[in-house]
Amino acid sequence: MSYIIKGETGDWEVVIGLEVHAQVTSQAKLFSGASATYGGEANDHVSFIDAGFPGMLPVINAYCVEQAVKTGLGLRAQINKRSVFARKNYFYADLPQGYQISQYELPVVGVGEVVLDMPDGSSAVVGIERLHLEQDAGKSMHDQHPSLSLIDLNRSGVALMEIVSMPDMRSPEQAGAYVRKLRSILRYLGTCDGNMDEGSMRCDVNVSVRRPGEGYRTRCEIKNVNSVRFVMQAIEVEAKRHVEVYEGGGKIMQETRLFDPNKGETRSMRSKEHAHDYRYFPDPDLLPLEFDDAFVARIKATLPELPDDKKARFMDVYGLSPYDASVLVVERERAEYFEAVAKGRDGKKAANWVITNLFGMLNKAGLDVTESPVAADQLGQLIDLIEDGTVSGRLAKEVFEIMWEERKDPAVIVEERGMKQVTDSGAIEAACDEVIAANPEKANDIRNGKEKLIAWFIGQVMKQTQGKANPGAVQEILKKKLLG
Amino acid sequence: MTKLTSLTIAQCRDGLRKGDFSARELTATYIQAMEAHRDLNAYITETPDIALSRAQDADERLKAGTAGAMEGIPVAIKDLFCTEGVLTTAASHILDGFKPGYESTVSANLKKAGAVMLGKTNLDEFAMGSSNMTSYYGGVKNPWKRQGEDTDLVPGGSSGGSAAAVAAHIAAAATGTDTGGSIRQPAAFCGITGLKPTYGRCSRWGVVAFASSLDQAGPMTRDVRDAAIMLGAMAGHDPKDATSANLPLPDFEAALTGDIRGLRVGIPKEYRPDGLDPQIQALWDQGVEWLKAAGAEVREISLPHTKYALATYYIVAPAECSSNLARYDGVRFGLRVDGDSLDDMYMNTRAAGFGSEVKRRILMGTYVLSAGYYDAYYLKAQRVRTLIAQDFANAFKDVDVILTPTAPSAAFGMGENMDDPITMYLNDVFTVPTSLAGLPGLSLPAGLDTQGLPLGLQLIGKPWDEETVLRVGGVLETAAGFTAKPALVGG
Repeated sequence: MSYIIKGETGDWEVVIGLEVHAQVTSQAKLFSGASATYGGEANDHVSFIDAGFPGMLPVINAYCVEQAVKTGLGLRAQINKRSVFARKNYFYADLPQGYQISQYELPVVGVGEVVLDMPDGSSAVVGIERLHLEQDAGKSMHDQHPSLSLIDLNRSGVALMEIVSMPDMRSPEQAGAYVRKLRSILRYLGTCDGNMDEGSMRCDVNVSVRRPGEGYRTRCEIKNVNSVRFVMQAIEVEAKRHVEVYEGGGKIMQETRLFDPNKGETRSMRSKEHAHDYRYFPDPDLLPLEFDDAFVARIKATLPELPDDKKARFMDVYGLSPYDASVLVVERERAEYFEAVAKGRDGKKAANWVITNLFGMLNKAGLDVTESPVAADQLGQLIDLIEDGTVSGRLAKEVFEIMWEERKDPAVIVEERGMKQVTDSGAIEAACDEVIAANPEKANDIRNGKEKLIAWFIGQVMKQTQGKANPGAVQEILKKKLLG
Repeated sequence: MTKLTSLTIAQCRDGLRKGDFSARELTATYIQAMEAHRDLNAYITETPDIALSRAQDADERLKAGTAGAMEGIPVAIKDLFCTEGVLTTAASHILDGFKPGYESTVSANLKKAGAVMLGKTNLDEFAMGSSNMTSYYGGVKNPWKRQGEDTDLVPGGSSGGSAAAVAAHIAAAATGTDTGGSIRQPAAFCGITGLKPTYGRCSRWGVVAFASSLDQAGPMTRDVRDAAIMLGAMAGHDPKDATSANLPLPDFEAALTGDIRGLRVGIPKEYRPDGLDPQIQALWDQGVEWLKAAGAEVREISLPHTKYALATYYIVAPAECSSNLARYDGVRFGLRVDGDSLDDMYMNTRAAGFGSEVKRRILMGTYVLSAGYYDAYYLKAQRVRTLIAQDFANAFKDVDVILTPTAPSAAFGMGENMDDPITMYLNDVFTVPTSLAGLPGLSLPAGLDTQGLPLGLQLIGKPWDEETVLRVGGVLETAAGFTAKPALVGG
């Protein structure tokens, strides 16, 4: 599925690379013991180190390093056993040290990959260039005081992983799928909560366009895009802008831009000429970060089954389609729910119930799978009731809705409400006879060849029996009675 | 009876334990002396109340038999160490009114050992200088004068206030910090002992940073034994400083055996630049003879990259300082000079807050780290630094300690050497290579020049081998028999 912009002068292809800043899940900040939790009163979680006081020194939080290595392993990336922290120097009021401690030439994680699951069931591989650790800056607030900007340093020093992709994406959909997949992997690993609205995942989007087959053209970087939807929108409008500029005979200048979702446009933040000279150099306060194979192996041993492996297993063990499998593995909790339902049952039927009915209801109610009113074993019981013929497929949906409302086991609901499927052929025959007798013309039409009408008769019989009749049995009896 | 202020740490320790005098008496005497010599401008902040209160605690611990290694010893703290609740200036206008909410590890260690803080000593602004003339609080007068002259001389720098205070007997000892010679050169200029330990021996936590990969705290004392005692109290692993070494702390004082027979002493041939002051050369030769006489074996060694050391230092140190000093932006502490925008406020604050030497180094450092220049300057300097460290490592395969002069001249007049920064930087020519290699270096007074001013000799040791440096220093000290004192303490 290629994404092509039809320009006045021909087709254009879009080239996208993403830099994702993911906040490391950790109790403490990257270089100080202060709390890294979200929220709190302004400047509540700030040590003298985070505030850049004289004589204060950073000390690496080993847990954050483990988290970065874990993430690198999850991205099937090269782990660099020796990496170096460097200072990125620039002045800003919410950057207390006057530099950000980051990694520059030697990041902790090197080249890796992320596999995208596209809605049509296809896959695409996006290369990861690197992952490095760095500290977050504080927050400037310009709307709290008539004449002053206020600074909140709670976030200052919080550990971030900057995950840089290769320019491998070719459509807004792929970029969206990349962010979602990355978030899924991070959540499986427990290394980042992926909450974009709390800012624990932020995206910088690099966009350029080119004629198919051409080399790369100049890119622009759109800073701080904070939702999957905005990432996709920003790419769309930025790519269109590039096409318009080129087709108008203009040039794209390398620059940093901001996306305004209200106006649906990007605008220039600073051009390359005004770009900072960050004067990176190795931070003399920190020794190079070094660990051995045993350290990596220890972390590797703690890795959970990740989405790609899970997806492959679901396809293999449960016979699911690539799409169904990818939908189920997006969140570890959803996958676990599915497996609890599917255990000892037909995997495809379980997947169908989980995806169509359960996820549908959850989405409508805005609930997480962990908050589902219907427990996995209850949904399993319902499937069992369908399988052993106790309840019809049609009534089962109704039973499911009652389970959602009343949180009772399906057997209890079926019993209480008399929803058991009628398999007694005498009762079904009587009902069929009644319907045929009441609709002699339609019955004749069938006998005269309009066999499709049989579905209508089935519907009527089902109605007559309040859905309790076994639809298979109904069809068989009707056919026998009407067609001989 | 000898004046209390002329006693060494070791003598005070004995006197206090025997009950000859109390810590409060000792401290009160020092406070009087400190106040009597304010004209030296050695202290930026005096803390007599803190001193007396700590002296009282010291007396109690002495009585209880729980005295620490420095119990009741009145010391001065270079005003680069953050001291909780006490003004900490780094001798810069930009830290106006800054009272830290924390105590540096080194000063906390000293306090734990029972030391009594008399006050915070003057220094070159942010420890950048070799004369103490760059201090926002004014220059410090060296207690020494040239014979028959009244010209005010510099105490050296950057730990000029500490050196002057120890020499003038207005502190029993003082902390210094050394980045390129800031303990050793002022020690030499003021006729006292100064030890820059191995990089990583003393914690840098809570010390206002100048050049992080070079800064190292150390003792400035009346003699070698005191340096050993005080180093033991200051040093030790600190988990709050990632560059602090996790090594056991030896008993430095026990290293002073007086026996250096068979020890191999290196004399680097590259430390004899053309035009070296013949008096310095003569003292150095004398040092060689003293060590030989004590049974040491003296060998010539080569440190081939020495001539690049000063240039390397003046790239690495300013580069680090340009980044370290970015935090002085008027936003959170110290001086703020308002402006119409954030950038204006930065510019106004930093223009008013930093002196010209600090600005010069920030500019140099910013330049050498800039895109397009990084490889040619900073990266190359780092490579040369590695070569310089290798020079020493090679030399130490053949020798146990190296003997050199500390500084190329005796103390010069206040205001001299001010027009040309390069001349001023040359003061560090013998001390900078040691700093770049992270090695321990001890300066001790070994003689007087013809004008009656003290001259120092430097001993350089292997990494973490302060013990050998101190042992040889002790022998050299005995041989030199340096007893001269500045006139103002009755010398």
